[in-house]
Amino acid sequence: MAVAIAEAPFHVLAVDDSVLDRKLIERLLKTSSFQVTTVDSGTKALEFLGLHDEDASISSVHADQLDVEVNVNLIITDYCMPGMTGYDLLKKIKESSSFRDIPVVIMSSENIPSRINRCLEEGANEFFLKPVRLSDMSKLKPHIMKSRCKEHCHQDEDLLSNSETNPTNNSSSSSDTITISSSNPTDNSSGDTISSSNPTDNSSGDSSNIRKRKAADDEILTKTSRPNHNC
Amino acid sequence: MDYSNLRRQAASLKKGLFDQGHLDEQFRQVEDLQDEASPNFVEEVVVVFFKDSGRLISNLEQALEKYPRDFNRWDAYMQQLKGSCSSIGASRMKNECMSFRDNCGQRSVEGCMGSLQKLKREHAILRQKLESYFQVTLEAPPCQSWCHDRWIISINLLTDVCMFTMQLLRQVGPAGAATRPAM
Repeated sequence: MAVAIAEAPFHVLAVDDSVLDRKLIERLLKTSSFQVTTVDSGTKALEFLGLHDEDASISSVHADQLDVEVNVNLIITDYCMPGMTGYDLLKKIKESSSFRDIPVVIMSSENIPSRINRCLEEGANEFFLKPVRLSDMSKLKPHIMKSRCKEHCHQDEDLLSNSETNPTNNSSSSSDTITISSSNPTDNSSGDTISSSNPTDNSSGDSSNIRKRKAADDEILTKTSRPNHNC
Repeated sequence: MDYSNLRRQAASLKKGLFDQGHLDEQFRQVEDLQDEASPNFVEEVVVVFFKDSGRLISNLEQALEKYPRDFNRWDAYMQQLKGSCSSIGASRMKNECMSFRDNCGQRSVEGCMGSLQKLKREHAILRQKLESYFQVTLEAPPCQSWCHDRWIISINLLTDVCMFTMQLLRQVGPAGAATRPAM
């Protein structure tokens, strides 16, 4: 029997302007055996990656040309942050040739379907409703493995991911990085909640958790009109 | 040293916090993150929470004065505070945050002020109750398993000593009946 060789832990870059949430996400990730770097803004995240705002749109920066090799396997970011939002950060990352394949997870305390859709369409792999829980951490590794596999076997991965996407899913399935709530046929018709779930696991459980939390949180956009600010 | 009484007290304080709705399930999620690698994690998180929430409340109060009827701005501050309350499971405080935001939506200054007062009250109550709880837990460290193990080790040792002694007595026994190697 082959002896398992201990791999270096996966490195997650966590971005959140809230010191409390940074502390929690760091603990959640470390408990789940990830190596963690936390930063308090999108700008600092880009700096850490070696990207700069003005350069992000220029796809000439390659990781192997950077002085310091930054090895980040996944980025998890809060949506609502002053200055650069999580969405802005997501866009910058997806515009970068060096980092566009790094899976990005968005966290938000607000369950706003249009926001979630916007992020998923921009290339986010997963959307977590805050407060993030330990059970959410198990959804991260599959995205990392998928992106690493994609790196090495591009064509095979396309075929594999096509067979993985939900046959009942009516949303755009052109990208294999979009995680859509699975087999529940009412998800598309209700439009009020989207459960961000791993296609292979017990997503119905996740759906009910999201719905319970939604009900408890009572932040449905249709309920009251809120002042309209950036987040 | 009788820690069991203190531990009972701690358990009772914690139960009260949940039963009275000050804390919800999320607090248990935070507790689950505490382990040997991070043995004071819950307390650290609580300290960060009160520092952070104190600052946010103070900022909000300044904004209420400096930017009258700027409901957008007030709501943005409260959104941050609500997020913190949600992260730690501070349920009653979170409800007051939501009430404040509703009042912002209805553009009611009086409503906002009322919600803020209630929020500050809940903030103070939660702080006081959690401080009491941590004070008790610090006095009664979770040595229960250690004490139990120590007790078990003592019992085992005593048993071993007894058995050894009895074997020894059987061997030397009545005079002349010393054990001879079997032939």
